Amino acid sequence: MIELSPFILSFKLAGLTTVLLFSLCVPFAWWMSQTESKSKPIFEAITALPIVLPPSVLGFYILVLLSPQSAIGGFFEEIFGIKLLFSFTGLVVASCFYSLPFMIQPLQNGFESLNKYMLEASYLAGKSTIQTIWYVALPNMKPALMTAVIITFAHTVGEFGVVLMIGGSIPYETRVASVAIYEMVEMMEYDKAHIYSAIMVAMSFVVLLSVYIFNHKQKKIGII
Amino acid sequence: MIKIEIQKSLHGSKGTMLLDIELEIFKGEFVVIMGESGSGKTTLLRILAGLEKSEGNIWIEGKSWQGLSPQKRSIGFVFQDYALFENMSVKENLLYVQKNHTLADELLALTELTSLSSRNVKMLSGGQKQRVSLCRAMMNKPQLLLMDEPLSALDTKMKIKLQEEIIKLHKAFGTTTLMVSHDNESSYLLADRIIILDQGKVIKDGVKDDVFEKVRAVRYTLVL
Repeated sequence: MIELSPFILSFKLAGLTTVLLFSLCVPFAWWMSQTESKSKPIFEAITALPIVLPPSVLGFYILVLLSPQSAIGGFFEEIFGIKLLFSFTGLVVASCFYSLPFMIQPLQNGFESLNKYMLEASYLAGKSTIQTIWYVALPNMKPALMTAVIITFAHTVGEFGVVLMIGGSIPYETRVASVAIYEMVEMMEYDKAHIYSAIMVAMSFVVLLSVYIFNHKQKKIGII
Repeated sequence: MIKIEIQKSLHGSKGTMLLDIELEIFKGEFVVIMGESGSGKTTLLRILAGLEKSEGNIWIEGKSWQGLSPQKRSIGFVFQDYALFENMSVKENLLYVQKNHTLADELLALTELTSLSSRNVKMLSGGQKQRVSLCRAMMNKPQLLLMDEPLSALDTKMKIKLQEEIIKLHKAFGTTTLMVSHDNESSYLLADRIIILDQGKVIKDGVKDDVFEKVRAVRYTLVL
């Protein structure tokens, strides 16, 4: 019998992470795309770190950052009574770190690819930066938006190392699909591991295929 | 009346150059700015629009525009490459500036675009796009209309058509207009006054017949 809770947890985690990261990254990616600050490469390097760091390194530092002994972990536990380690909340925070580049880079590229004069035309129409981003910039970079949202979602669903280090494997709390598969393999339950893995492969393929089909259609519309 | 006293250091292919302009432009005048590439024509328009910073000051009807954001200036701007909002239809491009359906319909009728009002701007020809751009620039009934080589990307037939639309709109609204152009014939046809820039300085400023010498029936050459 297939237990659905790891998949539900994975999707809940991916959905929340995607929404949170989108809200935080749109203003930041906009700033990165518009700034001429000399510090821009530093921010670009910092936000790209999760791509190159081993999950164990990233997981270790997030573990230190969220522990009750740290300023951030202690603050959340004392003020809000929220325990960040080995909890679903902690997983969301950790996911926001490791999926950050997958949201920020497509958004920044999307903003940078926009016609600069189109944005200026919006300012000259009396519109604020927020109105320009919402009504002009974002609707004109749909492929980048789609890539950012779908890849962030898919990457969060597929993450394993950091999730295991921050959340462990608490059923119905932090035992997401990737962790559940790892445990099945450890317990030599290969049949179950096959089914879970096949579901993950199928879902990931559908997600990626939808991105590519959408982007292909957008390009075609652009050509016409 | 518009009084311009601006200075800006420009770095171009010919090295550093000082854009140093002192001008007075009268209400309702149609002024064409000419000059070689890199003489500072477009920069002058962008400074007037608030898209680039400069030293000095700009007064319009006695009110200083220096330091004012593009949103707070009463400017209509027609870009060389149209810079239309590609996620919107023809009429939506106009209504984005101002939710004034009556004015939008009037402008579309004047420029013979009524039948295309619900068409996405991506589906238009270059000439149609530039006419939409012209209508959009008029939507906030600007005190000053700036046009950066609006005719340069168009073929002869389209150019003649757009010239007619520009004349129609100028007659209908009487907007003070500054247009950058390389085209002698269009400049002669449209302008009340012609200003020639060279290396950031005004080297000629006068009524069109003083600046141009008629050659045969339809050709005009600059008198420098």
